[in-house]
Amino acid sequence: MGYQWNWGVFLSPSASGDDTYLGWMFAGFKMTIALSLTAWVLALMLGALVGVLRTVPNKTLAGLATAYVEMFRNVPLLVQLFIWYFVLPELLPTSIGDAYKQSHPVMQQFLASMICLGLFTSARVAEQVRAGINSLPKGQKNAGLALGFTLPQTYRHVMLPMAFRLVVPPLTSEFLNIFKNSAVCSTIGLLELAAQGRQLVDYTAQPYESFIAVTLSYVLINVTVMTLMHKFERRIAVPGYIGGK
Amino acid sequence: MNRFAFAAAFATALSAVSTLPAHAQESATLKKIKDTASITLGHRESSIPFSYYDDKQQVIGYSHELMLKAVEGIKAELKLAKIDTKLMPVTSANRITLIQNGTVDIECGSTTNNTERQKQVAFSNSIFIIGTKLMAKKGAGINDFADLAGKNVVTTAGTTSERLIRKMNEDKQMKMNVISAKDHGEAFLTLETGRAIAFMMDDALLYGEIAKAKKASDWIVTGTAQSKEAYGCMLRKDDPEFKKLVDASLAKAMTSGDAEKIYAKWFMNPIPPKGLNLNMALSDEMKTAYKAPNDKAFE
Repeated sequence: MGYQWNWGVFLSPSASGDDTYLGWMFAGFKMTIALSLTAWVLALMLGALVGVLRTVPNKTLAGLATAYVEMFRNVPLLVQLFIWYFVLPELLPTSIGDAYKQSHPVMQQFLASMICLGLFTSARVAEQVRAGINSLPKGQKNAGLALGFTLPQTYRHVMLPMAFRLVVPPLTSEFLNIFKNSAVCSTIGLLELAAQGRQLVDYTAQPYESFIAVTLSYVLINVTVMTLMHKFERRIAVPGYIGGK
Repeated sequence: MNRFAFAAAFATALSAVSTLPAHAQESATLKKIKDTASITLGHRESSIPFSYYDDKQQVIGYSHELMLKAVEGIKAELKLAKIDTKLMPVTSANRITLIQNGTVDIECGSTTNNTERQKQVAFSNSIFIIGTKLMAKKGAGINDFADLAGKNVVTTAGTTSERLIRKMNEDKQMKMNVISAKDHGEAFLTLETGRAIAFMMDDALLYGEIAKAKKASDWIVTGTAQSKEAYGCMLRKDDPEFKKLVDASLAKAMTSGDAEKIYAKWFMNPIPPKGLNLNMALSDEMKTAYKAPNDKAFE
């Protein structure tokens, strides 16, 4: 179909003249990693908390946690991102909103993206944590309470150490998802990997080289994550349970 | 030398042959159009007034009407009783690929003809000539590019403006923060909500955005044009017969005065969706282009 392949395009100087196109791709690669990792930390912390709350006997707390999960799980990621980036600053008091909007755009884009991805993923992490806790035999909780532990102590010393280990394999796939979902953030102008790939297409009219490079970069990230997580899973596996020997 | 002579002779022979109707289907695109009695047209969703959806989700616009002129020409040349036109919305980011892989046969919207793109696709006779300028809020104190130093500026991703402003930022050390929005609508939203102080884009498209704004009188188009660009219809490369046919249909519309009527309809009269008049008089460059249709790129 008359396509002119040109792999040398990555080494040619970029349109703004201060870098090569390979440099652009690498900048996007770093942005994707930074965004995904910070969002993942947020997702793990919030997800663990909300997941635990979903299993507590207190009806109000469990209800709030359920509402949180359903809200973030049932609204499309793209819609959530637009709400964080476009709608929320408009709801702030005008002076604060304006000051925020005049601040550095990359900071605004990164913040909205991180919160959006972090909260979206935290709802999914919460479901995994809840499933992990519910999969424990009822006797464990009862034994903890019978030994005189308070409920928080039972969670802290008996149930959570088991539950967290059980949910590492499903969490690995959420961890991989967060890298892939981060591509959505290119829609608000954040120059992560997918956005840099698209820029390369716009500037050089070499779409295939660019998309292949982007694809390989995502594969590289995810294969690395998978390998590391497998090692981690093996180290912490509980003998006799899934993944344990 | 020999090869060039041969190629030249071959080209002459080819063009001689192509004037004979019996051999008019050498072109892959024309063959496909003839066999399926259908053509796929690429259009934009929010490039006012070139190619966009009106409030009934119908594709309308200056470029779109010219594209339909080209389709008429194709229909007549292929002697088709009926031609089925399929519409395919494209974006700045996917238009080149969609032309190349055969999804779209012709795209007339607001696509700049430049030498880099010519490596991948072909362009018809230029249908419009624009200058890249700024849009800002009235009274914001933005009169030219120099006023943008240290400010947040928005442009649309994948456009020549994006390239120019990033280069200007680098060359003149202006410390601007350039935001690349994914389409013109989103870029204007960024300007309207105060995230950016100015929006750099092709002047005609800026007037188009003003036509959509809640309060048109709030906005001005200003600044020295940073570049001149020729819009053309994008076609598949290496299909000279198809290009020739499209060029001829467009040239006919331009020299016969039809194009000027279409221009007046979209640039000097109230247009959908808000019935605003862009009031852009026909420029000298455009007059020249109508008088002597050509497919020359400015850069």
